[in-house]
Amino acid sequence: MTAVVPTTTLAGSSKGGVRAFKNSLATVLVTAAFGIALIPLVWLLWTVVSKGLKTLTQSGWWTSSQRNITFRKPGGGVWHAILGTAEQVLLCTLISVPIALLVGIYLIEYGGGRLAKLTSFMVDILTGIPSIVAALFIYAVFITTFHGQRAGIYVSLALVMLMVPVIVRTTEEMLKLVPNELREASYALGVPKWKTIVKIVVPTAFSGIVTGIMLGIARVAGETAPLLILVGYSPDTNSNLLSGFQGSLPGMIYAQVPQLGNTRFHYAADRMWGTALTLIIIVMGLNLVARLVARRSKVSN
Amino acid sequence: MAKRIEAKNLNIYYSKFLAVSEVNFTIAPRSVTAFIGPSGCGKSTVLRTINRMHEVIAGAHVQGDVLLDGESIYGSAVDPVDVRRTIGMVFQRPNPFPTMSIYDNVVAGLKLQSGRIKKAELDDTVEKSLRGANLWEEVKDRLGKPGAGLSGGQQQRLCIARAIAVEPQVLLMDEPCSALDPISTLAIEDLIQSLKEKYTIVIVTHNMQQAARVSERTAFFNLAGVGRPGQLVEIDDTQKIFSNPSEQRTEDYISGRFG
Repeated sequence: MTAVVPTTTLAGSSKGGVRAFKNSLATVLVTAAFGIALIPLVWLLWTVVSKGLKTLTQSGWWTSSQRNITFRKPGGGVWHAILGTAEQVLLCTLISVPIALLVGIYLIEYGGGRLAKLTSFMVDILTGIPSIVAALFIYAVFITTFHGQRAGIYVSLALVMLMVPVIVRTTEEMLKLVPNELREASYALGVPKWKTIVKIVVPTAFSGIVTGIMLGIARVAGETAPLLILVGYSPDTNSNLLSGFQGSLPGMIYAQVPQLGNTRFHYAADRMWGTALTLIIIVMGLNLVARLVARRSKVSN
Repeated sequence: MAKRIEAKNLNIYYSKFLAVSEVNFTIAPRSVTAFIGPSGCGKSTVLRTINRMHEVIAGAHVQGDVLLDGESIYGSAVDPVDVRRTIGMVFQRPNPFPTMSIYDNVVAGLKLQSGRIKKAELDDTVEKSLRGANLWEEVKDRLGKPGAGLSGGQQQRLCIARAIAVEPQVLLMDEPCSALDPISTLAIEDLIQSLKEKYTIVIVTHNMQQAARVSERTAFFNLAGVGRPGQLVEIDDTQKIFSNPSEQRTEDYISGRFG
């Protein structure tokens, strides 16, 4: 009765070689996929920065408008466009954030019934609405039916329809991540439900909710269809959301397009790249600010 | 301060599912009562009906009554929020509020219940509660640090401090030591001994030695059978339950011949 001696050893078995090969193959594939995904991003950033940077350093770029500037003339700035976009997006955010937060809180903290399911379904549908459809809807309601004049405020309203679902979805996800134990701990201290939500649940999810709001802003800041349909583009500074054409960053980019093929004057093309870079910088800057805010209130676990 | 708890014909449901049936007991003020029994027999469920935490779960409801010093906590005019202010609770896993410092965790209940309170008063409460939870010496120099940065045992004592800061009359503990190491467990058990001078304490535990060590009375819960609701088999002096129980099923469980 001799014991059976195992024939495989730790080193040099052929099975181990196959496994090592599979491992290397998977590593190569994953790394390659990462590299491929990175190519368009780096390419895009490089193109915009290399073509737009010189425009950004021109005098007056950040402070003046495109008033009396034609495609035959250099100079002028982007201030009117920043102002218009900032106003429209700010108003949109002010309207969207409270609605979206309350809807998200309702769905997670109070929902469960039929109304919640219906609301959730509606939010899903809203998520998939193309921006031009949202713009047409606002046009039909406020301009065709109520005979309004095209103005920045209608752009804000159309953007609300795009921003609300983004914030609702992230708010929901973040509230779901708050452990139920914290809610129970609060209830057990004799804290009413609404106060538990305001003082415990939302603060715990705060950094995630801020990220959601930033995603929403990034989503709408570059939208062009609502601008074309609802406000048009003005090269002049117009800070009035309630009337008149208004400059905006996507609008300014679009306004340069007709002269892009012009071989004698390159000013329009330069301005377009400059505006694109400006838009990217602003959205990225907002993102950084949001990250800082989120980090300051970060939950230490 | 401490109050007597009585359960009368308590039937506890999750939606239509009857989880625990016909529970009757009386718990004397300033005593420690342990709930023991196998998993899933409804001890935690019964505990949660004593401060109306049971109904936080969707569809959960209760028939019968729980009386606190003779007064029903399920009366139609009774606000569950007020019940929970009177009857505090400590959970199985330490759950300090992650966004708050140690200090803010202790006074969270006070602040969220009643809004503005003087700073000096809060300071007093923090020291008193942390001393009450045997944690003061360990954290007095870092009250501003996050509560989640403490060790598990310290976090659990912080949760006890948070629960006693609102000066409840009854303290419910749902397996407070099951996530802790033996040394932290000992600290909590010592704490229970000193807390019972002021509070009526009910503790759910899976650890029978713990029940024997800390409690004066022990209630044994078990399922009435496979697929049947849980029930209170017997409640008696701890010494009697562990030496000479009246029910055969209790003896089987205590001596490990269960099932």
